[in-house]
Amino acid sequence: MIPAAFEYLRAHSTDEAFTHLQQHGGEARVLAGGQSLIPAMRFRLARPAVLVDINGIEELNFLRPRSGVLAIGAIARDSDIERAAWIGERRWSLLHDASRMVADPVVRQMGTVVGSLCHNDPAGDWTAVALAARAEVVVRGKSGQRTVAVDDFLVDSFTTRVGEGELALEVRFPVPDERTAGSYQKVERKVGDFATAAGAVQVSLNVDGTIRGAGVTLSAAGPCAIRVEEAERLLTGQKPSVELLRAAADAASRRSSPQADLRGSVEYKKNLAGVLVARGLAQALQRLGVRL
Amino acid sequence: MKVNVQVNGVPYERDVEPRTLLAYFLREACGLTGTHVGCDTSSCGCCVVVMDGSRAVKSCTLFAVQADGHALLTVEGLAEGGKLHPLQQGFWDQHGLQCGYCTPGMLLASYALLKHNPNPNETEIREALAGNLCRCTGYQNIVKAVQQAARSNANAGTSQ
Repeated sequence: MIPAAFEYLRAHSTDEAFTHLQQHGGEARVLAGGQSLIPAMRFRLARPAVLVDINGIEELNFLRPRSGVLAIGAIARDSDIERAAWIGERRWSLLHDASRMVADPVVRQMGTVVGSLCHNDPAGDWTAVALAARAEVVVRGKSGQRTVAVDDFLVDSFTTRVGEGELALEVRFPVPDERTAGSYQKVERKVGDFATAAGAVQVSLNVDGTIRGAGVTLSAAGPCAIRVEEAERLLTGQKPSVELLRAAADAASRRSSPQADLRGSVEYKKNLAGVLVARGLAQALQRLGVRL
Repeated sequence: MKVNVQVNGVPYERDVEPRTLLAYFLREACGLTGTHVGCDTSSCGCCVVVMDGSRAVKSCTLFAVQADGHALLTVEGLAEGGKLHPLQQGFWDQHGLQCGYCTPGMLLASYALLKHNPNPNETEIREALAGNLCRCTGYQNIVKAVQQAARSNANAGTSQ
């Protein structure tokens, strides 16, 4: 279908975009990559009266590490991450995995990380990744810029802490240390379909080989991405073992609350959540040279 | 709203509604019907065109107004001086098409792949074309076609 008519405003700076958004409030939507928004508009699931196009704002087109943080601007594309010179470093393995699994390779040439976070689809990839990596989102509002932890940012399906008239500027991933690796595991019926289930993990080791910290999250397993706190607690301080991974996977299974649909039953999806977390942990540890 | 684009090196200025999708702009406002519309919802890849030299985009999931000021390449722009582009020649020689409906999208997605990776292996070709559906060929000959084009480019010493 053809989308409902809308007013199109092209912003050339964040100031200009912010002014438009403030003026139109809840009537306006931000157009970044558009790879979720435009299909939603075509199905008339979204009918914004105003679109503020931020694709021309060069100041939001960045992907750079600065003082311990990797900052990804609002119009940096998924494919920019996939092709970044440093993405092959072990510490970035969670982002690297995800950057090659989001949607399909053509969609990734428009789609953005920040847009995906703001869309907050229950089956989104970057939401689970950002949660596992403990990222933060920088939001510009009336009273200036604020930084919101992803745990707080993701409120509910298709709902975030970006209020009416506000603009998400960038997402910040802490730069992991050298004894950190991750893994992103997703089962989908075909490339580009919504995930049946997905699991994101990131593990940091101490010098003695015990686990210093872990991020374990799920997607397509609830209203929006889920942190499996019990698994993270179980892992922290322990020496990696097959039994430990199984316990963490069981916790993920228990924590997941998927809905039955054409992709599978609740029972199947809960089991799958555990399987994907177990695979993810095993791969992250393997990347760290740990033999189980 | 006025949209100015370069399509295959030719400037087009058209006045369209903001909700006009790029695929329909190309087909109906510019008369370039080589860009096909399949699923219309970003799943099938029939409508892929190349923006600004190396970015493959699904033109059913981009508004024409977003392309304002940009350069586009469509299937009509691949051949030069009556000579098929190496990718087109590859699809011809390797029987990379049967009905031809998906072919423009396959060609342009492959074009962007070779811009970023002039010498892709089979896995990389299959991964790069994972967003393009073909219901005829079973993909084998499409992969061979892209491999032939990559070899042909390498022999000609160009990344075209």
